[in-house]
Parts: sequence; C-alpha cells; structure tokens
Amino acid sequence: MNTETQIPTDTQVTWHIACAVSDIPEDGGGCAFIDGKQIAIFNFARRGEWYATDNECPHRQQMAVSRGMIGSHEGEPKVACPFHKKTFSLKTGQCFNDDAYQIKTFPVMVRENLVYIGL
Amino acid sequence: MKHISDIRIVVIGNGMVGFKFCEKLLAKRQASQQISITVFGEEPRVAYDRVHLSEYFAGKTADDLTLASEDWYADNGIKIYLSDPVVDIDREHKLVRSHHGIVVQYDYLIMATGSGAFVPTIPGVEKDGVFVYRTIEDLELIQSYARKAKKGAVIGGGLLGLEAAKALLDLGLEEAHVVEFATRLMPRQIDEAGSRMLQSQLESLGLHIHLSKNTQEIKGGDCIEGMQFADQSFLEVDMLVISAGIRPRDELAKIAGLETHPRGGIIVDNQLQTSDPSIFAIGECALAHHMIYGLIAPGYEMADVVAAKLTGGEKEFLPFDMSTKLKLIDTDVASFGDPFIEEPACTTVRYENKAKGIYKRINVSPDGKTLLGGILVGDAEQYNMLLQTCKNKTILPPDSEDLILGSRGGEEAGAGVMSFPDDALICSCEAVTKGMLCHEVSEKGNHTIDTIKKSCKAGTGCGGCIPMVKDIITGTLKQNGVYVRNVVCEHFDYSRQELLDLVKMNGLKTYGNVLDTFGKGDGCETCKPLVASLLASLWNESILQKDRAPIQDSNDRYLANIQKGGTYSVVPRIPGGEVTPEKLIVIGQVAQRYGLYTKITGGQRIDLFGAHLGDLPEIWEALINAGFESGHAYGKSLRTVKSCVGSTWCRFGVQDSVSFAIEVENRYKGLRSPHKLKSAVSGCIRECAEAQSKDFGIIATEKGWNLYVCGNGGSKPQHAQLLATDVDKETCLRLIDRFLMFYIKTADPLARTATWLNKMEGGMSYLKAVVVDDVLGIAAELESDLQQLIDVYQCEWKEVVDNPELRKRFSHFVNTPAKDPSIQFEEMREQKRAKEWA
Repeated sequence: MNTETQIPTDTQVTWHIACAVSDIPEDGGGCAFIDGKQIAIFNFARRGEWYATDNECPHRQQMAVSRGMIGSHEGEPKVACPFHKKTFSLKTGQCFNDDAYQIKTFPVMVRENLVYIGL
Repeated sequence: MKHISDIRIVVIGNGMVGFKFCEKLLAKRQASQQISITVFGEEPRVAYDRVHLSEYFAGKTADDLTLASEDWYADNGIKIYLSDPVVDIDREHKLVRSHHGIVVQYDYLIMATGSGAFVPTIPGVEKDGVFVYRTIEDLELIQSYARKAKKGAVIGGGLLGLEAAKALLDLGLEEAHVVEFATRLMPRQIDEAGSRMLQSQLESLGLHIHLSKNTQEIKGGDCIEGMQFADQSFLEVDMLVISAGIRPRDELAKIAGLETHPRGGIIVDNQLQTSDPSIFAIGECALAHHMIYGLIAPGYEMADVVAAKLTGGEKEFLPFDMSTKLKLIDTDVASFGDPFIEEPACTTVRYENKAKGIYKRINVSPDGKTLLGGILVGDAEQYNMLLQTCKNKTILPPDSEDLILGSRGGEEAGAGVMSFPDDALICSCEAVTKGMLCHEVSEKGNHTIDTIKKSCKAGTGCGGCIPMVKDIITGTLKQNGVYVRNVVCEHFDYSRQELLDLVKMNGLKTYGNVLDTFGKGDGCETCKPLVASLLASLWNESILQKDRAPIQDSNDRYLANIQKGGTYSVVPRIPGGEVTPEKLIVIGQVAQRYGLYTKITGGQRIDLFGAHLGDLPEIWEALINAGFESGHAYGKSLRTVKSCVGSTWCRFGVQDSVSFAIEVENRYKGLRSPHKLKSAVSGCIRECAEAQSKDFGIIATEKGWNLYVCGNGGSKPQHAQLLATDVDKETCLRLIDRFLMFYIKTADPLARTATWLNKMEGGMSYLKAVVVDDVLGIAAELESDLQQLIDVYQCEWKEVVDNPELRKRFSHFVNTPAKDPSIQFEEMREQKRAKEWA
C-alpha cells in the first residue's frame, strides 16, 4: 500500500472516508454507508489488497455481499454472496456463475489507518 | 464388390457429408487398395461446418468454420475442384463433366449434393432484400444488406428459421419478426405446450412471432417494403430471410435418369445405392427409408456406410434416430425417441415452469419400465441421459418423474451412464459407443476429455455428449480400481478426510496455517467453511477467534440463520424440548421487544425470526441472562434431541426419555460435524419422538435402550438402523461417542449420516464391527477425542456477549450504528414476515 498521506485530487472520483482499517476483519469484509449507498469493503490481507463493491447482490437484491466469503478463482480475487453462493470477481465485478450478473467495483485507498472509497 | 483395389471415386458435393465421406474412406482404406478421389464442389470454399453457421454472425470467421484446409485434401491425394459443379453424368461410359468442362472417369460416383433452401412461389420473391439462409455467401449478403435495414422478418418458424431470426438480432436490427404458416413453432420437433413455452421465451428476448400467417405477396418497388398476408394484415419490413424448409438437390440425378421421388430426393436402398448400382447418394439429397434426413448425424452415418462398402466392409443404413438437441437464442430445445406418442400407448409425465421458461415431457411405456420419448424446452441438461435411457431401453426407476425433476434427495436418478450396455451410442456425431470409450480409458490410457477427443473424436461434433464421456472416464477408472480422488477444491489437493488427518497431526489451529502448509492460492467459499468445520471438529475452539470468523459460512459467522431480506433468526437451546414457564416468558418478552416473528420448530424449540444483525448481541444477552444457551441452529452441528414425555407422565412409558434426551443433548451440544446432527429419545416402543428418523435415535425398552443410527427425514426419508439392543445409558453414550467421531473423521463434506452409511463399503455390518466390536482397534481413541471436545465446550453466544471486540462485528454498517434501511417487512396473521424478494 502507498504510504503517502496526500490524497489524489486529479481523478474523476470523489474520495470518501469509509472507516478505520481495524473495522474490517483481515481476509473478511464489512459494509459502509457512504453517500446514501451501501458499499462492501474487503481487506484481502492475504494478498495485501483492498477491494470495494456494491453491497447488493443482483441475484435477489439482498444487501449482503459484505458478509460473503472472499477467496480466489485461478488467481482472480472473488467474493461469494452468502445467500445463494453467486461468486463475483473483486476486480471486475463480473459474476463467475452467470454472465447476466455484475456488481459495481470501486477504488479503495488506505491512508494512515483510514479506508477511503472513491465514488 | 468384385474388385476393391484400384478404384476411381468421384464425389459430387463438398458439404459436411461429402467431406466426412472422404475422411472415412481414407481411414478405412486397406493397405493394398489404390483409391483415387476427385471432388467437385459448387461453392468457392472447402467444406465448412454448416450446423454452426449462425456463429459466423457471432464473430466466427469462415476459416474457423472450415472442417479441413485445402492442404488436407492435397496431402491426402484428393483432387478437388471448387466453384465447379458437375453438370452432366454419362452413366454409360461412367464419366462426369463439370461446368468448366473437366471430364473425369469414375468406378463409383457419390452424390453428396445436399439440399437448397425451399423458396415458396410468392409474388415479389425476386425483390432486393429477400434472402435465403444456407451458405456463407448467403450470410455475407445478409450481413451487408442488414447494415441499412431496420426491420427484418424470417419466413419459417422451424429450426433454421429461428436460427436466422437470431442472426437478424445479432446483426443489430431493431425488429426481428418470425412468420410461420403453421399454428406453432417447430411443429416437427416439439408438441403444442413445448412450442408455447419456446415462443414465450423467444418473445421475452425481443422476437416478434406471427403464427398461422400465409404470405401472399412481397410488396415494394425494386426493394422489399413489406409483406401482405392472406388474412389482409400487412407487416412493414425492409429485409426478409426465407427459411421455409429444404429441397434436396436432385436436379443432376434427374437429368442423369436416376430414380427420384416426385417430392424430391434421390431414392436409395439400405446400402445408399441409387437405381444405378455404381452411383450412391448420401446426405440431404438422398431419400432413404422414405424420408430425407435433415440432420448431421444420419448424414455422417450414411457416409460411413458407403465408405465401408467401398473398402470391402458390410454395413447397412438403418432407420436413424431423429432425436436432436439444439440451443436456439440461448434456449435449449430437445426432442428424442417418439416425442408425440399419446396415452393410452404410453404414460406421459409433464413438468412446466413458466417463471423459468422450462417445459419437460417424458413418455413412459404403460408398464412404467421403459422410456419411449420426450421433449425438453428451456433446460435440456438431462438430454443425453434420457436419450440413452430411451435407446437402450434401460429399466426406469420406480418414480419416473425423477428423470426430469432430478431425485429430490440430492443423488442422481437412475443408475447412471455406467449401467448402459457397451453398444450404447454416446457420441452420435462420431458414432462412438460406450464400449469404445471404456476401451480408450482402460487399454489406451486416455484419461482426459482432451486425449479422448484426439484419439477417437468423441465429443468433437456437437459436444452434447461431453458430460457423459466424463462420467464414463471416471466410472471406468473406478471400475479398474484406480483411486479417483475427491479433492476439496482448487486450493487443496486433498480429500476432506486426508486434510483432517494432516491438520490433526500437525496441530494446526488457524485457516492461514492450514492454507500455508497444505494449500495454495487464497482459498474460496468451498474450502474455507470446510476447514472451519475441521478445526471445530478437532479442537472445538471458538469459531470466531483468531482468523476463523471470516472463514465461517455466513450463518456460523453471525451465529444465526440468515433469512430472506437479510435479517437473522434466533433459536435458543431447549434440551429435550423441556422448558419452564419462566423461561418461556423471557422468550416472549424478547420477541416482543425486538419485534420478532415467533414459531415452534419441528425439533421442539422456538425460532424467532426477523432480527436485525445489530440486535443479535442484545437479544442473546437477554436470553443468556435467563439461562439459555446457543441452539446451534445455524451450524453443521448437533441441533436438537427431541423427546416424548416418557415414564414421568405417560402411562405407557417404560423409561424416563426426557431426562435421557436432556443428558444426550447437553453432552453433544456444540459438536461440529460434516453436516447437521439430529437426535431423539422415545420412552417406549410407540416411538412418539420419531427417533428412527434421526442421525442417532434412542428407544426405551423394558431392559434399557435400543440405539438406532443413520436415519434421515427430509426429502429422502430413510429409517435408522439398529446398532445395539437393550444397552444401559453409559454403554449407549459410549457407542454414540464412537459413532459420531467415526462419522466426523470419515464422511465427505456435507454428507448426512444416512448418505455416509449408504456409501460405506460393507454398510451396516461394517459400521457395527467398527463401533460395537472395535475391529479397527480405534474405539478408545474415538471416545477420548470426543471427550476432549466435550470438555472444552463453551456457549459461543456467551463468548460474544462477554467480548466487546466480537460484539462490534455484529453491525450492518462499520461506519454507523444504523440498521440496514433496505430491510422491509409485511404483516401476516398479527405478526410480520420478510418482504417477498424480486
């Protein structure tokens, strides 16, 4: 992770403080309420990576992606919705089990123990 | 065939069947045989895969569709003339003459002229913008015209017509219409109900379907502008594809004086010989058994019959099965055997699911023993299995509906592909039988689908047989005693049982350690809960401590059952179903305070539904203060030990079943296992607690207790079997200890005890030998392993309630204490229920 304290301002996104690093369990997820939206945030500690996606699973419109298990499929990081185990790429949001489903992904930045999400 | 060496063969037509004939002839040619082959093709390119023609619009190139390159013909000594159809046959001198004037002599002539599109005589059919759908050239013309077109129509609602309509959609037309003369789509393959289901699926994808429409005239100037129908209606379109059927290309045969049918087709016998014994006809130009076979598999079979005959073999072309499976615009459609046979000649089972667009029909013989035919729309996954069951007259299971619905106990209906006879045709495109596949696996060492494809071509045609080929590979390896390992997932190359031993021997206690030591990658939703269960079964440490919380299934992670809408349900333990009025009042108060829907469960407990994630710790704090513990309704672990009231109140009871049930439940509570565990204790032979439907059940006798194991309720009920008779309590518990630990150590993931026993070699007598007679000498170890788990038991909800760090995790949001605003309830019978999901 980049340790600079400067927050980039030149990009298209607006950065929001989501939570503290310790609010998200290692190799697990949590949900933040940002700008009226539910965002699932994942601390993929094993890979040293952070991801953020929609919290809503498009299959049954359930707000539960953040409670899903994360892992990898042939190296691609993914999350499984706890309701019916639809799995989604954390990089692209594409559903592995059904091409029709897709979740949004968002950029994540970690600065001084705070997690920022770009919307 | 008098002399089979040094023969000259001319093939007219270089379509799929003409090509396959050349391929088969080369393969069957005997070493001593000198065969010269000359091929004349009308099209400018060598044979290509016409079956998958519409993939041309989905991005495949003409080269992708080519069956073999021009080099292949040259390398095999085949002389090929393209764009040069044969125009004359001199049967007397056995000569053919081509359009460009090439004259070739033959000993045998193969007519593989195929078919053309049937174009009905409609006024205006010659206008620009009207096409047929047959060759790559047709597709190129359609493609370039479609760039300036907005509305397109297809005449013909059969297989090819619907393919053409898909092509119009793929080409980006705003509207695509299908115009069919008959009252429904695909009338030759599927029945009325199947047609309706297909129609509604296609309509939902944007196709406009017009039935019972007779096109009277194609209107417009030089270009098509619309279609006038006999019922006076009019459809405005700017391009039209005619796909109203095929017409055998028999014009050359007619000129040559060969016998043809008035409605088209070169008449051939069982050897595919025409009225001239030196001339054969194969594929869609041939009329065999009074019909034109418009499918690829019978065409290939015809090629095989003639190739065999010309190389000294003997083979007949028999009436060919017209079963077919295809994917039309993402909708599976299949029919097999006799799809249309009606009662009383058969018993028909139908399944229809409009929401999912699925229609299935099977026709079973009146005695219920064999499958006669059927239709599948929307889901044709079972097609190959059904087709083989039908063809081989395999005896059906007693509940034939399982064939299309799947057996609802989780295991596949029927005995599977390994029960088929050796001559069962598995790949009908390449005529590969089960016996040939078994030979490939056993004798030639081809153990993967790729090597099988290379060596015998099975699965290289339509690909529909690949799942069955895989089953045959696995089944044959198993029969040969090759150990087929049932590994966990891509991250662990071990079975559950192997991994359990490794984790135990190495004393590993976290997922990270297990993955680092025995796995690879980052884990997944399969191996994480599996390892979580192993760790719990081995050490029984808190499942939420260290790195273990995020590897639990969602229910275990929040120690509650996630329900529709995202709320959770709460089940306090009520051992044996015994509860004091004071405790009942607390449950009522908690339900009132948190607005929970309340219901008695099937296991003599109370389930409280609709709890917000953030309320769970407070709810449990209240319950624990009143003396309740976690009921583990969320875990793969001991659920409930049901009891009848027994000898304390019942006038028939012979033992105190409630007291024993409470003792049993308290002994095994919190025990995590490959799947959930249920139990019951009955106070007499009347068996009011239904102990024989449980994983382990106890029934009182005059002298003690009878212990039954491996029963199951649910979708596939199975009675428990007697393990021990008239034992005292201590012996009974000792046997249960051994039984449960043996199950935990040896079962597959998510296998209930009944399934575990059903798969166990030696069955109940083996289980008895291990658990009761201790033939393996492991009884003491099993008992002590279990005792260790009992000794460290703690209520996991109490741990959370007392631990602020763990409590913090029970919040929907990490950045606000607010509850999930998307959760909604509806009123029902003075309580609430989850809002129905979309």
